[in-house]
Amino acid sequence: MSMSISMQVKATPERTVKSHLNTPMSSKSVPMLELRGIRKTFGNLEILKGIDLDVMKGQLVFLIGPSGSGKSTLLRCCNRLEEPTSGSVLIDGEDILAAGVNVNKVRTKLGMVFQSFNLYPHLDALGNVTLALRRVSGKTREQANDIGHEMLRRVGLADRAGHYPSQLSGGQQQRVAIARALALEPKVVLFDEPTSALDPELVNSVLSTMRELREAGMTMMVVSHEMRFAREAADKVVFMADGAIVEQGSSDEVFGAPKHQRTREFLAQIER
Amino acid sequence: MNTIVDNFLNPEILVKYGPSIAIGMLETVRLSVLVLATGFFFGLVMASIRAFRNRYVNFFIVVFADIFRALPPLVLIVVMYFGLPMLGVRLSGFAVAWITLGCVMTAFTEEVLWAGMKSIPKGQWDAARSTGLTFTESLAFVILPQAVRIVVPPLTSRVVATVKNTALASTVAVPEMLSRAGEALAEGANTTPLTMAAVGYLVLLLPLVIFTRHLEKRYAWSVH
Repeated sequence: MSMSISMQVKATPERTVKSHLNTPMSSKSVPMLELRGIRKTFGNLEILKGIDLDVMKGQLVFLIGPSGSGKSTLLRCCNRLEEPTSGSVLIDGEDILAAGVNVNKVRTKLGMVFQSFNLYPHLDALGNVTLALRRVSGKTREQANDIGHEMLRRVGLADRAGHYPSQLSGGQQQRVAIARALALEPKVVLFDEPTSALDPELVNSVLSTMRELREAGMTMMVVSHEMRFAREAADKVVFMADGAIVEQGSSDEVFGAPKHQRTREFLAQIER
Repeated sequence: MNTIVDNFLNPEILVKYGPSIAIGMLETVRLSVLVLATGFFFGLVMASIRAFRNRYVNFFIVVFADIFRALPPLVLIVVMYFGLPMLGVRLSGFAVAWITLGCVMTAFTEEVLWAGMKSIPKGQWDAARSTGLTFTESLAFVILPQAVRIVVPPLTSRVVATVKNTALASTVAVPEMLSRAGEALAEGANTTPLTMAAVGYLVLLLPLVIFTRHLEKRYAWSVH
């Protein structure tokens, strides 16, 4: 059965990730996600005060900082759920804020996972994962279901395909949300506090799915308070406060030897 | 006791005018179905248009909804029926009743659906748009399916009200159940036809009420 699936379905997840590594556009030197001078103002309030950030292919970048620092807003600027007031966002070299860009097409290159899961309650797990496959990618119901089942298998929920969100635990719902974000084979996955709304005992199931994703080579940007996860899995940690990046570096540098007072204060409050 | 049976449950009258009232019931059903179908459809369209948040279009939608929810349907029907010919428009009583009650159903459907749509968490829009669905696709496949299920209870009460309101069409020469009962009443000098019409409305509406209670239970998953 799995043989026929890998022959019928054009891209199995493993092959999908590797194909990203082989596409001509992506070379080692061009960042997968590039933010330049991102500013965002809501009315009189300047939430983002000029952010420059690179995320290379296959990197896991962790955004940390006090609430109100603009981390979530920055994440939402990456797929234009918020429109930056000024600045540029480049996905694999393509300027997604240019005039004439099809926002909906661009969004298929980025997956997003939300704090409150945001699963569609009127569809089962398979329906949640396959909706965009059918409507956006134009797959037939059969093709979409094959991909959907494969995505759910990948997050360890193959046997829950027919369950509705209300029948799933929080951790399972979030993993379905991750499968949904992966279905369209994005180049980057954005995580907005993916475990903050979960009971502690369910957090690990989601984190291990994220670990597997990272091992498969996915580029990820994560806003989270899971500092232990950041220490073990993050390639780059970015500390933000008051709408600006205060410092960034490897997790050893930022957690072990923070250069700025503000960073030290924040870490002191977080450490338990 | 005998006078009650004689006047409200008279067997001779039942037999003599039963067929006429049954035909009237069919006409009531015909008018109800048409009003409900067009009212729900246009209410859905209006609420969807409102989701695009065009200030000028929304102003007209709100004015339309407020007027047709506030005015008594009877007044609307009578004014339209006697007023339109003065503007050179001659419509049958059935057409006037259909259009008027249809506008009322549209107005209520739009308001109720809009409230349902607004109660859907913004995160649903975020999730749908983040996977590349367009605004319209998100509306059609994520938001409206949820909104429609939420508004089943208030919509049901409007369905019941609409069926009852079709009785108003009796004032403009539509041969529905009440007007037939009225004719039978005048002809037979007996109030039994009214009992028959009342039973007729019960027969139509009780199953509806029970069916929608079943629907409410079925769609009872929590959206929040």
